[in-house]
Amino acid sequence: MGMIESGGSGEPKSLALSRTTPPGAPDPAFFNDLQGEVDNKGFIVTKMNDLVSWARSGSLWPMTFGLACCAVEMMHAAAARYDMDRYGVVFRPSPRSADVMIVAGTLCNKMAPALRKVYDQMAEPRYVISMGSCANGGGYYHYSYSVVRGCDRVVPIDVYVPGCPPTAEALIYGVLMLQRKIRRTGTIDR
Amino acid sequence: MATDVEEAVGPAAALLQTLQERFPCPIAEGVAALGEVTLTLDVAVLLEAVRFLRDDPAMLFKVLVDICGVDYPDREQRFEVVYHLLSLKHNRRLRLKVVTDEMTPVPSIVGVYSSAGWFEREAWDMYGILFADNPDLRRILTDYGFEGHPLRKDFPLTGFVEVRYDDEQKRVVYEPVKLRQDFRSWDFLSPWEGEGGLLPGDEKAKLPDGGAGGAP
Repeated sequence: MGMIESGGSGEPKSLALSRTTPPGAPDPAFFNDLQGEVDNKGFIVTKMNDLVSWARSGSLWPMTFGLACCAVEMMHAAAARYDMDRYGVVFRPSPRSADVMIVAGTLCNKMAPALRKVYDQMAEPRYVISMGSCANGGGYYHYSYSVVRGCDRVVPIDVYVPGCPPTAEALIYGVLMLQRKIRRTGTIDR
Repeated sequence: MATDVEEAVGPAAALLQTLQERFPCPIAEGVAALGEVTLTLDVAVLLEAVRFLRDDPAMLFKVLVDICGVDYPDREQRFEVVYHLLSLKHNRRLRLKVVTDEMTPVPSIVGVYSSAGWFEREAWDMYGILFADNPDLRRILTDYGFEGHPLRKDFPLTGFVEVRYDDEQKRVVYEPVKLRQDFRSWDFLSPWEGEGGLLPGDEKAKLPDGGAGGAP
């Protein structure tokens, strides 16, 4: 572990290669560079915080927190067609083993203490994705007597996914945004 | 097994006629429209009527579909309680209504339909309608410690309290409602909200001589 340096900021030079390929396709130059490094030396030198944030963003386990119709789109995102498992997103039944909570649906006043309790039970580092208009700001029920006007009144939010309900693609995009945020922040201590 | 009456006036009207003969009371009135039977009963005969409707071989309304409340703030007795019954045996539905106010309890029909318990709790929660002899008349839907009855017409839409997580107290706290976004109504077309209640196209319904016409 001695050659893994921690701290510092900025990406390693090999990551900063200019992208000439279409988005989504692997950068062949970067890939070959990496492959060559593994083939020749048998190991890769990276920074500790890069490694940690890579591991974190690659295994975001969300707490299953479906509150309303948004939960159906969340199920679509998790099911075979979109299959969020590909990103290491595996739904968990317990907040103790979850990294991220997807607040999918209308948060009622009665549910708010329970939501906060679940959030408090999650281990650090923890993230929250607010999914849909109702969770973002009350949405359709903004003026209701029984709905929280945005779940950011109760828990801190990392990513807001707009839509009513957002499509499964939109939620996946939100998850990818969260991964990018984790990688960009790049700190071990949250 | 259609009776003579049914053949003469149709099954809905026949059912209505039977019930009105059976339960004569001052405010009993019935409507049979579109094959649906609605009967407004006096509170005093409600239990007897419901039991008869469930057990009589000609009725057998064994399913209590729902109990609803309605609020008419202008009336002296502002609430209506509406019972929806279904007879699977005779493939027939029936709507019973009783009127009441905030103070007068309606007899609970839990003894007849055990499923009425939660329906009555909901009517109590939403409207504050009292049900005598309901064994467990608690709130069912609204928040713990909620005050007021939200479906009453005089209950403000946004209520009185809102919740927020307080970082110092480390818990969710209740505060008086403070809307950062003022209430706005964009619905100019609704006959309830808009001006004059004229919808686009309504002007075509006028008769050539200037009188009102069209569908009632």
